[in-house]
This record gives sequence, C-alpha cells and structure tokens, in this order.
Amino acid sequence: MSLFWIPILLLIGTLVPKATEGLGRNVCTAITMLAPAVSLSIIASFAPAIFAGDVITDYIEWIPAIGLTLSMRLNGLALLFAFLILGIGLLVIFYARYYLSSKEPVGRFYGFLILFMTAMLSIVLANNLLQLWMAWEITSISSFLLIGFWSAKSESRKGARMALTVTGAGGLALLAGFLLIGDIVGTYDIGVIVDSANTIREHSLYPVVLVLVLIGAFTKSAQFPFHFWLPHAMAAPTPVSAYLHSATMVKAGIFLLALLYPVLAGTELWFLLVSLAGLATFLLGAYVAMFKHDLKGVLAYSTISHLGLITLLLGLNTELAAVVALFHIMNHAVFKASLFMAAGIIDHETGTRDMRELSGLWRFMPYTATLTMVSALSMAGIPLFNGFLSKEMFFAETLEQAVFGSLSWMVPIFATVGGVLSVAYSLRFIQDVFFKGEPEALPKTPKEPPILMMLPIALLAVLCILVGVFPGFMAGDLLAISASTLFPASSLPYYSLSIWHGLNIPLLMSVIAIVGGVVLYINRHPLYRFQFQFNDPDAKLIFEQAMQKLVLYAQKMHNTLDNESLQRYVGLLFLLVIVMTAPPLIMLNNAAGSSPLQSVNGIEIILAAILCIGAIATAILHKQRMTALIAISVVGLVVSITFARFSAPDLALTQLAVEIVTVILLMLALFFLPQKTSADSAPKRVVRDLSIAAVIGGIVATINYAIITRPFETISDFFVENSKTGGGGTNVVNVILVDFRGFDTMGEITVLGIAALGIFKLLTRIPLAMPSANERGIPWTKDIHPPILVMISQSLLPLALLVSAYIFVRGHNMPGGGFIAGLVTSVALIQQYIAHGVKWVTPRIPVNYQSVIAWGVLLAVLTGVGSWAFGKPFLTSWFDYFDIPFIGKTELASALVFDLGVYLTVVGATLLILANLGKLTTEHRPTMEEK
Amino acid sequence: MELLYSLCVGVMTFSGVFLCLRGRTFPVVMGLMMLGYAVNLFLFSTGRLSLDGAAILGKSETYADPLPQALVLTAIVIGFAMTAFAVILSMRARADLGNDFVDGKEPPGRPKQSVSRWSSKQ
Repeated sequence: MSLFWIPILLLIGTLVPKATEGLGRNVCTAITMLAPAVSLSIIASFAPAIFAGDVITDYIEWIPAIGLTLSMRLNGLALLFAFLILGIGLLVIFYARYYLSSKEPVGRFYGFLILFMTAMLSIVLANNLLQLWMAWEITSISSFLLIGFWSAKSESRKGARMALTVTGAGGLALLAGFLLIGDIVGTYDIGVIVDSANTIREHSLYPVVLVLVLIGAFTKSAQFPFHFWLPHAMAAPTPVSAYLHSATMVKAGIFLLALLYPVLAGTELWFLLVSLAGLATFLLGAYVAMFKHDLKGVLAYSTISHLGLITLLLGLNTELAAVVALFHIMNHAVFKASLFMAAGIIDHETGTRDMRELSGLWRFMPYTATLTMVSALSMAGIPLFNGFLSKEMFFAETLEQAVFGSLSWMVPIFATVGGVLSVAYSLRFIQDVFFKGEPEALPKTPKEPPILMMLPIALLAVLCILVGVFPGFMAGDLLAISASTLFPASSLPYYSLSIWHGLNIPLLMSVIAIVGGVVLYINRHPLYRFQFQFNDPDAKLIFEQAMQKLVLYAQKMHNTLDNESLQRYVGLLFLLVIVMTAPPLIMLNNAAGSSPLQSVNGIEIILAAILCIGAIATAILHKQRMTALIAISVVGLVVSITFARFSAPDLALTQLAVEIVTVILLMLALFFLPQKTSADSAPKRVVRDLSIAAVIGGIVATINYAIITRPFETISDFFVENSKTGGGGTNVVNVILVDFRGFDTMGEITVLGIAALGIFKLLTRIPLAMPSANERGIPWTKDIHPPILVMISQSLLPLALLVSAYIFVRGHNMPGGGFIAGLVTSVALIQQYIAHGVKWVTPRIPVNYQSVIAWGVLLAVLTGVGSWAFGKPFLTSWFDYFDIPFIGKTELASALVFDLGVYLTVVGATLLILANLGKLTTEHRPTMEEK
Repeated sequence: MELLYSLCVGVMTFSGVFLCLRGRTFPVVMGLMMLGYAVNLFLFSTGRLSLDGAAILGKSETYADPLPQALVLTAIVIGFAMTAFAVILSMRARADLGNDFVDGKEPPGRPKQSVSRWSSKQ
C-alpha cells in the first residue's frame, strides 16, 4: 500500500467529525478515531520491514518539467515519530471527548486536530524538503486554529497569534535554508541530500544554511531566545496542549534537527550553536518552571526545559548523544502528554489550576493522583520510571563531551543543576496539589473524573513504568532503528539500556539531583522571595507592543506612498520608466546604427509636420475638448497614411475605420462630460509633467531610431514561405492572423467581447442627465435627423455592406479580412443610428449585439475545435479549391469561418458599445432586463 | 526618413504622456489614445520601414515584415476597445461621483476659481 494513502486518508478524516457531529458525541469520537487508527495500522504493517532495515519510499510525479516530485519515505526516525503522533493523537481525541463541555463544537475541534495530525505526519513522512516545508507551515496554521480554539478569549487569540507569528517567521527562514540546500545539492530529495552531506558541509554557504535551518527549528521547538510563545500557547484547550507540546508541534523542530543531523551536524558551528541554545533553554525553562503557580504554566516551562535538554543532546559532540536525544524524545512525549491530561482533569474537577489554591486532592481523587505521580516522578527522573533512564544517559553524555574546549567541565554541573530544578518543580507538582493539608475554597468540590477519561493517562503511566523497568524490551528496537537513520554512513555506536550501570558518576549526579531537588523544594520560600523582587516582564505585552509598532510603521509607510491619487501613481510610474530606460541608453554611445538611411521627400515632411502639430495641439488645447478631439483625429489620420506609405495596407484600412468609430464614440461621450476643463493645473505641476513627458518622448524616439537603423533578422520568412502552401492565402498578414497565430486572434476577440460587455454593464442605469445646451449656453439643435444625412446614409448602406462583404471575402489574398470588414460594417450601421435615431433603427435591425459577440467567439472556437475531428491540433486550418458554377475555381478555407467569427465579434462589440451609448440620448436607456 | 519617423513617434509619446498626467478624465483618455498611436507606430517600425513591399505574395520583389503588421492590427482593435472602456468608465465615474477628476475628488490645495488667474479681467 502506498504511503500516500496516509495523508489522503487523514485529510478525508478532517471532514468526518463535522459531518458526524449530529450523531452524538460518542459516535462522532469513534468515527473520528477511525482515520488515525487505520493510518496507524498501515504504518504498523510497514514496521517489520523497517525493523529489518528497509526504507520505504513512494514517488508521484507532480510537475516533472521543473523537477517537482512528491515523495514520501518511511524510515526508522519517521516510524518513531509516526507512532508518537498517531498513538498519542488517538489518546488525545479520546480524552477530549470527556474534556470538552457539551456546548462546545466538538466537530470543529476534531477537524482542526486531525488537520494538525495530517500536517505533522506529512512532515515526518516527507522525502522532499519543499514538501516538508509545506507541511511545516500547515502545522503552524492548524496549531493557530487549535490554540485559538476558544476564540472568545482575548488571551487565546493573543497566544495563537504569537505562536503563528513566531513559528511562521521561523518557517520563512527555514524555507530560505531549504532553498539554499536545494541550490547546493541540485535536488530537494532528502535521501539524496543525506548522501551528499559532505558537499553541503564543505560549501561556503554552509554557515548561512545552518543558521537559517536552526532558526526554523528553534522557533518551532521553543528554544531560547524564541521560547516565549510556548507558555502563551497554554491558552489552548488542555487536550491541544497535551498533543502539541508533548509529541508533536514542538517536536517538529527536534525532528528536523534529527532529520538533518547526518547532513548538517558534525561541525564546530553546529555543536556550538545547538548546544548553547539547548543548554540555555534547558536551564531557563527549569528555573522559571519553579515559580509558576499555574499547573499548565509549570508544564509549559518544563516542556521548554526538556526540549532544551534534547537540543543540547543533539548538539553534544559525543557518539551517543544523538541516540540519547531520541530516547528522551520518546520518554518526554509519554510522560508530558499524560501530565497535561492530568492537569486538565484537575482543572475540570476542581475548577482551578492554581497551585496556591489546590491542596490535599489525594483524598478526593486517589486514582488520578497515583497516575499523575507516576508521570511526575518520571519527569523528575526518579529510578524505575522512563525519565530516569534517558536523564541518566544524558548526564553520562555531558561528562563525555568536549564542546566548549576547556570550559566543557561546566556542562555536567549545569546539567546537574537543571536536574535539581526539575526534581524540585516535579515534587512541587505532586506535593502542592495532592497533599499539604485540606483543600479550601475550591470553586468545585473535587471528585474523580469518569473512569474512561483516566484511561489515556493510565495507558501512558503504564508505559512510563514498563519502559522504566524493561527499557531494552519495550523501546530497544524502536530506538535502535530510529537512531540508525542518524548515522547513515557508519554503524550504530554501542550503548546499553538498563536501569543499573553500576556505581558511577552519572548515578552520583542523579542522586545529587534528587537530594538537591528535595532540599530545594523544602527551602523554596527564600528563593521565591528573591525571585519576586524582579518585575517579571510579560512577554505578551512586549510582543503586542512590538506588533502594534510594526503595524503602525507599515501603515505610515503605506500612507506616505499611497495618497489615493491616481494622477500621482501615473506620474511615479512614468518616472520609473525613465529610471529604468535611461541608464542603458546613456551606456549606448551612438544611437544611429549601421543600416543605410532612406531619403525623405517633401510630402513626407509635410505629413510629419501635420502629425507633430496635431499631437502638440492636442496637448496644448486639451482644455478645449472638442478642438483637442479634432486635433487628435488628425493625428490618427496621418498615422493611417503612414501605415499605407510603409507597405501595410491592412493596417491603414484598420486604422482608418477605427479612427472613425473612435471619434464618433468620443464625441458622444463628450456630450455627457464637461466640454471644457475649467480649473487649471498648478503651474509647477504643468512644468513637472512637461519635463517628464519630454524626457520620455526623447527616450522613446531614441530607442526607436536606434532600432530602425540597425539591421535585423526576421522570423517572418517562415510565414512568407508557408503562407500560400500552408495557409492557402497570399495576404500574409491575414494568414498570420487567422492561421499561424490564430490562437492569439481568438484571445484578442475574446478580450474585445469582454470589453464591450463591461461597457454595456457600465452604461446600464447610468445616472447622467442629458445636457440641453453646450458650454456656452447655446441650446442643441432640435433637428437631430437632417433629411440630407438621412437620405445619403440610407442609400449608402447597401453599398457599404457590399464593400465590407468584398473586403471580407478577399481578405485572405488581398488587403482586408474580418477585422476590417467588421469595422466597415459597423461604421455603416452606426451611420444609420446617427441619421435616423435609435427609435427608427432598433425595429429594423432586430439583433441582440450580445449574442452577435457570443456567436462570433463561439464560431472561432468551433473552427478551432473542428480540427480535432480530423485528428489535428487545435486551430489547424484546412483549405482546398472548388469549381463553383458561374464563379469559377474558388478556394475555400476553414480560416474563412474563423475570420467570420472575428467579423461577427467586431461588429457585435462595436455596435454594442456605440448603440448603447447613443441610446443614452433617448428614452431607450439600456437596462439589464432588456431583451 | 528614419530620423523623421522616430521624431514623430517621440512627439506623439510626449503629447500622450503629458495628457496622461492630467487630472481630468477626458484628457487622460485622449492621452491613452495618443500613446496608443505612438506604441503602434513604434512596434510597426520594428519590422523596419520599407516602401512598396506590401506582404501580398506575388505583388512585389521584396516584402515588408508581415509579423509586426499582424500584431499591430490586433493592437489597433484592442486599443479601440480600451479607449472605449476608459471613456465610458469616465462617464460612469462622473455620473456616480459628480466630478470628472481622475482621483474621483477635487485635489486638495487646488485654487477654487473658475476664471484663470492670468485672465485680463482681474
């Protein structure tokens, strides 16, 4: 069975709780547990193979073209974590069924939890760094949802936000690190990366990679100085804390360190950075845990401390340290999960988690007390419990290491101090809650929780003892295969898991830790008095302040850049154009190229002068809008002549037709807009704009001159050669449009159609009054349909349509085609609107222009699809010659049908725009309901 | 010829950019039109300027480059659609906002006057 089934199954599992919520809580819980249980059994079915030394990998090609492959891998390390994630996950789901009150949306809670589980499993099973990173980010997001589950509480929201910010930011650093690794190795496949460890370690970018990856891992695993988010994540419901802070979320960082241990470890820098962060976290967490009164607060800081211990182990340069780290990962997950659940039960049954209020619960809840004590003693590292074993091995490793040179002797001392502190806070957890007098003034009368609620804790407590007493039998194999993945090149170093290693220094350290812890606990009050002199800074406040400052700063930046003035944006955009284009031109010594220049004749000079005068007049006279419009239309006409002069008859025809339509359109629009610009721009602005415009004009002219005076090689020879043989037409421009680049044209007409529909929508129910007089107060004429215009336009119509049909048909071989024919038809029809008015035309041309556009685009698409029927690619054209009676031998091409689509779209779009704009001047204003 | 051609393109760009930087909608629409002409001529000229060489097979010895022509042809039509959209949008903006400023509101600090400061009546 493919490993990919596991995340797929779990993803389906995220939807299940919400769907089955209505069936009652027991059914919902049972069904929710199904997906993790099946996943666990799939993983377990692979276990024998893994224990035999195999590694299972599965690949799915995702985007092979850019080397993206989804791949999953199950090896010893992944197996260990998968067991923890799924096993403890199942217990947490079961526990949450009793923890959450009947009013809370259990379906949503389970959904988030399974989503988180999926992401965690995807991290440990990923065989591709980018895939791992994706899953990593999903854990950040889903943990945000879980921590903020009680979203009505301010502290939940703040805690969730802090966790997301810190781990999310770390995730970005991690991505940068991963990208660098991918760049160095040339692949993101973790298997390959592990094999090329030396390449990475010897690369000059190794320190950067290491620091980036460590930031990612340390933020996730709450290592100093990023530890501050974890205590605030305790605002989450207790099952979430039990899950996230024992086996999963925070262990993701540790997992990453272990995963990349064969790749990145082994250098001075690694040992120094990792062990320093670990040591600082270990001591800080243990020390602060002493002073927390909230049960979950103690557990939070104890978690930080134990994570520090594991990190420290991964950073020690002894052979066995990493193995011990893995062992402690298992042990910590087991005892910490059960302690969190116990804290939840105490909170549930007494109404408080404050150790100053709690006392003497032993009499009321002896079972809970016993189970809690087992886990707490394990946390303290007392013999016969699993915590003792890994802690003693940890002591042994601190004696072996030599990370800090001649200062290395201090590490065992610090380790023992940490041990003393952890014994003290564990003892306090037991003594203050269950003994020490009678409970007073509790919000609720304490009692035992439902038996089943204790079941998960009981299972974990039994595990604590079994592993503690029979370590080799219970955990030996799992530890061995997971540890072997950390040493891919060499065989696993020798170690022994047993309670009794004889009288040695580690044992002495354990004894000192236990005795010292008891002494410290008894004499804790002077220490408390000492500690409370300090004003504890509230990380939440500092964080919120920093966040608000950041947001304010961003807002300020935004406000300076964005003053909601489009005019200014356009100005800045043009300035950017200058900045981007000017430097390369300055580097260019001579604008003129090597091509011989062509001579100029008088007519050309006169036309150029007209064009320039027209362009400048438009700019100068833009305040007298009608005059400016006439000036710009002169420019358009000269442009059209220019096309004709330089061998582009198709362009000249198109430009001419478009020019007519545009000017009519703008005149109509001007009817509804102010005829004059009244207020003037400030003179400063005019000078500024003139300078910008002049510089850009100069730049464009220079570039243009530089281009056209240089020789070039065109790719058009292909089109010229194949136009007749491949496209069946002699007008190469038209053949390019409807055949070679037909797909482009199809896009173009679609855009045209969309623009027309957008304009139609803008015009519907436009609240614009119709002016009755022009800007000088002269009323518009009443005679809006002069008879001469009516007569001429009516008699011109058939002729114009005939011309447009002719242009259309001959387009494939001579200048013409769908675009031009469409425009000519439009102009002829618009003339009818102008001459006769909307009221007269509408019943005579009973066409819905929207459907004309639709038919046009559809026809073009169908022509394209039609070639599939003949087994050819999309838009392959076909042509042949037929002998048609009376006309003679004629060529028929499928491109003609395509061109018909273009024609229809152009006609539809142009008339939809202009006819509807024209209708504004009548009582037939466009509305959406119009048929 | 080449010099004259690029000069014209430059002048049109100058006019177009200046108009695009105005504060009212209608000059901006005209500016877009003008820039459209300039850009089309610019793109067209990348196929170089050739006389009497329309790309109709069998009509001449050498052919002008048909590819820029085909691209510019569609550009002209799309340019029309854009101009139309922009001008109708400015109509709609005037209807909904009550003014024809590009920014949708009177720019702050603009002198409130209907008569030019330089007019002789003052």
